[in-house]
Parts: sequence; structure tokens; C-alpha cells
Amino acid sequence: MSEYLTFLWRVVRISFQGSWKFYAWMTLLSVVSLVGLHAYARQVVEGLETTGMTNQVSWGAYIANFTFLVGVAAAAVMLVIPAYIYKKQFMHEVVLFGELMAIAVIIMCLLFVTVDLGHPERFHHMIPPFGIFNFPGSILSWDVIVLNGYLLLNLHIAGYLLYCRYRQTQPTKKFYIPFVFISIAWAVSIHTVTAFLYVGLAGRSYWHHPLVPSRFLASAFVAGPALMILVFQVIRRFVRYWIGDEPIFTLRMIMTVAMIINMFLLGCELFTEFYSPTQHAAAAHYLYFGLHGHNGLVAWIWTAIVLDLVGLALLITPISRKITGLNLACVACVVGIWIEKGMGLIIPGFVPSPLGQIVEYLPTFNETLVCVGIWAFGALLYSWMLHVAIPIMNGSLRARPEIASSTQPSS
Amino acid sequence: MNENPQNSVSPKTIEQVYQPVTRRTFLKGTAAAMAGLAGLVAALKPLLALERGEMTLDDLLQKHYRELKPEELQRILRELEARCAREHGVQPVIRDLKPLPGVEFGYALNLTRCIGCRKCAHACLQENNQSRSSADDIEMSYIRVLELKKGAINLEESDLYYNPQTVPQKDKYYMPVQCHQCRQAPCTKVCPVQATWQEADGIVVVDYNWCIGCRYCMAACPYDARRFNYRKPNLQSARINPNQSYLSNRIRPKGVVEKCTFCLHRTRDGKYPACLEVCPTGARVFGNLLDPDSEISYILKNKRVYILKEDVGTLPRFYYFFDQ
Repeated sequence: MSEYLTFLWRVVRISFQGSWKFYAWMTLLSVVSLVGLHAYARQVVEGLETTGMTNQVSWGAYIANFTFLVGVAAAAVMLVIPAYIYKKQFMHEVVLFGELMAIAVIIMCLLFVTVDLGHPERFHHMIPPFGIFNFPGSILSWDVIVLNGYLLLNLHIAGYLLYCRYRQTQPTKKFYIPFVFISIAWAVSIHTVTAFLYVGLAGRSYWHHPLVPSRFLASAFVAGPALMILVFQVIRRFVRYWIGDEPIFTLRMIMTVAMIINMFLLGCELFTEFYSPTQHAAAAHYLYFGLHGHNGLVAWIWTAIVLDLVGLALLITPISRKITGLNLACVACVVGIWIEKGMGLIIPGFVPSPLGQIVEYLPTFNETLVCVGIWAFGALLYSWMLHVAIPIMNGSLRARPEIASSTQPSS
Repeated sequence: MNENPQNSVSPKTIEQVYQPVTRRTFLKGTAAAMAGLAGLVAALKPLLALERGEMTLDDLLQKHYRELKPEELQRILRELEARCAREHGVQPVIRDLKPLPGVEFGYALNLTRCIGCRKCAHACLQENNQSRSSADDIEMSYIRVLELKKGAINLEESDLYYNPQTVPQKDKYYMPVQCHQCRQAPCTKVCPVQATWQEADGIVVVDYNWCIGCRYCMAACPYDARRFNYRKPNLQSARINPNQSYLSNRIRPKGVVEKCTFCLHRTRDGKYPACLEVCPTGARVFGNLLDPDSEISYILKNKRVYILKEDVGTLPRFYYFFDQ
């Protein structure tokens, strides 16, 4: 117990030690997070009127970001599967970074849902025995379970492995391997359940479509690994932890396959909507070409499609075998999929409204600040976790340095 | 982890990993902490503008409507009355009306007769105390009147904001849409906290003190029947209807969803809904579906009845019909 407390104390201490670059980065993120918090405080006082949402478009940027990020969290599984199922040793060097990212991103997801609530102080209405949990009827209650469950799984796995590493003991398999395998299935479930949130609504024909969950997963397995590739390079440039090329190019392969599937599914969707257009294609028409003179989303979606196509072209050609080409592909894919899932999936579900009205949506400045604040907070959280985890992983922070210093590091 | 030889660092003592606290680092740390705290306080400063009594401990601890004991509910009703009197200068009577046994309400609307005057939409506002920025602002009304082109029932071509000199226009017809009180209601199914549910007489209600404001029900509704209080309701005292009930037209807090309740504070009291009473053409028919002799039962048996979006499978209790 006292050893664990010492560990926690050392974690706290090391959290506040770093180079000036580290301080500058963390200060910047803290300031942006606080600006977001300020914007949110204004929203709490004035109500959600500070957002661009209306009775017609009743979900906006918050839920869009939430949906995108659930995918990123789920994509941690793309590091876990090669490491634990295919037993690729080089993936074990980096799998923890994926699990830590899942933790930070799930917390961002929970924040995005919270800021979307009209009465966040009543969240305990969802927690029995204080409240009533509409389970299994409401898919939102399923989502609460799978997201929090995924958070706990990753906290346990990452926390346990790091602590063992710190103590320089071999982790006991039965304490974490079962959870690793549960987390693989669980990762798929978080994104599937989130897709079912939308697919389950028969009154919204744009969402009521069996292809949506598959596309969710395919695009998530592009955007998540793309972000990981970018993070790995930041780590190997700025931090004393070498990541070889194998993990990066394994992720590239995963991204490529997922992107091909994603674009194929997009093609299926476009064919269904436009070859024999029904009244139900109105939302897709609004998204891609505009409807009755309203074309607020047209520029967004074509930007996304162009970025997706550029990303795909880079991924399937040798250009992305070079790191610069790969980085370009990653950025194109992340931005493209972020637009596609946000402006491209959430908003057209509401336009036109069920009674045929076209009310367009654009996030307000205050709403944008809240979103940027949550992104900054997520980055802050992830940076902090890496800052603590890396000295443990490379052996410079360990329980008994005086013993270790007389011998070679064991592994 | 860390199999790569390039990862091995020379092991350090704890003192090398992090330097011990000195007077200098302590002062620097304190200054940084103060700056952070000041930033946090500045960020949260808008919260000072929260009105007193807007978030009380009683509100936070209140149970779901259906779990309240009668005496708890009475206390809450009196508090809500006092709040309305304090904030708006109007003393209301807030009742809790239960569903009547042997009653299932149904509503039918005669599309041949409706002239699109929107009197129902305005009467709804006056009856149900919705927020409005001016007398003409019917955005929060539970009734949306659509103008459609004759020759088809095509909602996609409908116009909600029609504004001709006179109605009805010759080539147009009109379709008011409000909550259909569906038997298979998608809105109650999706609510994560059961803040909205169907009562024994078929009316779908919302407990405004329980709703968390996630708006999932709005996404689920195929009839655009739900409204959200994006702000604190904007109400002039002179326009407030003092005849209120807990589950229907009492003044809502900001951040909750509201909807048509077939005016349950009237209809469970033996009266007609406000939208029916005001209709100048008699296009609206309201009554008990379980009573075979009621007018609504006659219409469902004998008229050409149309159900809006029947394909969604919601089984509404709201019907449209046509005269011969």
C-alpha cells in the first residue's frame, strides 16, 4: 500500500517536471481549456441558446464531435489486436499509447455529451438508485454503459501494466489478459452502439440504414490509426522513447484496408440514394447538392470527399511508404472523416425536418469555443499521461532505482 | 514493451528523474498554482449570473413524478405556484390531474375543412404558456400548420412559413401537425431516464423536473412534435394562463423538452383542447376512443381516414380525414 502511495506521489511529482517546451505546451492547452470552460459557463447561465441548435436541428457540433471521437477511442483496438492476437512484439512497444489515447478520448466523449445536456446537474437521474435507468429500452443507456465500461477496462489495463513496469515485476497474466480480450470486443461495441443511437430512429430515414454501423467502424479504423501514427512521430521526435517503423507501417496497412472499405461503403450509399431517388433521399440531396436553394453543407461534404480520396490515393500508392507522404495521408484522412461524421452524418439527419422544413445549422462562436476547449483538454490529458508513462516505460522511473542502477535493465 | 535497444536509458536515481523541491522550485510552483487558480475562477465567473433559486438542493433531490408520495407532490405543486407568483407576478393554480378510467383520447382533423388560419397554433401558445418573443412568434407552438400543394400529400414540398393576404389559397390545402400521441411512441422508448412516458389515457407527458435535456426524443419524433427550451421561457405576465398542471402547461424551466399533451389540464377535466375550441371551421374532432358512441369513434368507422407516416409504425392516436 505504502509502495503504491509512493508511486502516486512520484507520478504527481513527475507531472510537474519537464523541459520549457513541455511547460509551454501544457500552459497553452490549459489556457485554451479554460477559455472553453468560460464559454461553457456562459452556456450554463444562458441556456443552449448560445449554440446554433434549433428545434429542427436539435443536435449539432457537440454530438458530431462525440460521434467522431467514439470512433477514435474504438480504434485503439487496432493496436491491441496485432499485439495480443498476432503476437507482434513491436506492437507491444506502442500498444499502451493506444490504450492511453482511448482513455483520454473517452473522457472527451463524456464531456461532449455533458455539454450537450440542458440539465447536466441532473445526470444522476441516469444512475440507479438515485435515478431511473431506461435499460434496455434506450440505446443512450446502452451507450452510457459501453463507454464507461470501455473507460474502466482501459484504465485497468494501462494502469496495471504501468505499475508492474514501475515495480519491474512481470505482470500476472490472469490480471490483465482476460480484460485485454474483453476490451477488443468492447471496442467494437462502443462504436456499434453509438451508430445504433442513430440507426434506431425509424423517423429519420437518413440514419435508418443498416450500412451506418459498418461505415462507422470502417471510418473509425482509418481516423484512429491515422491519429496514432501522427502521435508516434511526435513521441519519437520529442521524447526519449524510440518507436520503430514497424508499428507505423502496420497501422498504415490497417488504415489502407479500412479506407478502401469505407470508400466502397460510401459508394454503395451514394448509389442507393441517387440511382432511384426516393423522398427519403432528400437529406442526401441536401448534403451533396443542396435542396431548394439551401446548400450549407455542400462545401463541407465535397471537401471531405476530396480529402478522403486524396488520403486513399496516398495510402494505396508507394508515396505513403515515405513518412512525409504517410503524414499527409493521415492528416487528409483525419480531417476528411471528422467532417464526414460531423457535418456529413449528424446534421443531414435533421435536414429537412420530418415535416419537410429546411433549417440550416452552423455552430456559433461560443459553441465552437466549447468544442475547442474540450479538444484542448483531451490533448492536455493525453500529453500528461504520456509524460508520466514514458519515463516508466523506458525505465527511468522505477520503484528501486538504486538496485536497478547496479544491473542492466531486465527488459 | 521497450524491447528496442535504443530505448534503454541509463537507470537514474529518483533525484535524477525529478529534482528535489528547493525554495526556488517551491516558489515557482506556488506562483504557477496561483495563476492556474485565478484562471479557473475567471473562467467560471459567468456562473455568478445564475439566478437565485434556479438550482436548489430540493430540485436536485426531487424524485421522478411517478415515485412521488402524494404529500411530496403537493408540496412541490405549492412551491411551483409560489415560484410562478414570485417570478411572473401571476398566482397560478397548479393541479395534478390523473388519467380518467375507461378513457383513451383520440383526435381527428378534417383536411377538407381546415383553412390554414393558424388560430389553433396561436390558441396553443395562450393555453400552454410557451416561450415567445412576440405575439406573432409561434415557433414554440405545439402545432405546426403546413401549406401543401393540392394533388399530393408531399411534406417535402410543404411550406410552414406561408404568409398570403388571405387563406385558404385556391391551389393549396392545409395540414396542422401536432403530437400524435403514438401507441408505439419512439420518443418515450429512447429517453434514457424515462422522463417522458405514456399515461393510461394515451397521452405522452414529460416530467420537466426530471428531463435532463439530451433531446434524444426530439431526434426520435417523426412528427417534429417536440420543442426544447433553449432559453428561459420568455413570457409576459399578462399572457400567462394561471390554470396549470404539473404534467402539461406549467411554466417550464430552461433546458427541458416540452410537447402537446392534448391540453390534459382541460381534457381530463371534461373540457375540449384549446385548439379544438378555437377552430372556426369545426375541422377538429376530439374524444374517447373507447366509447363506441363518441364522435371520434364515428369518424374512424365511417370516414376516409389518413394516417401521417403510417410506414414508420408509430400507430398514432391522431388521424386526418376527408369529407366526401
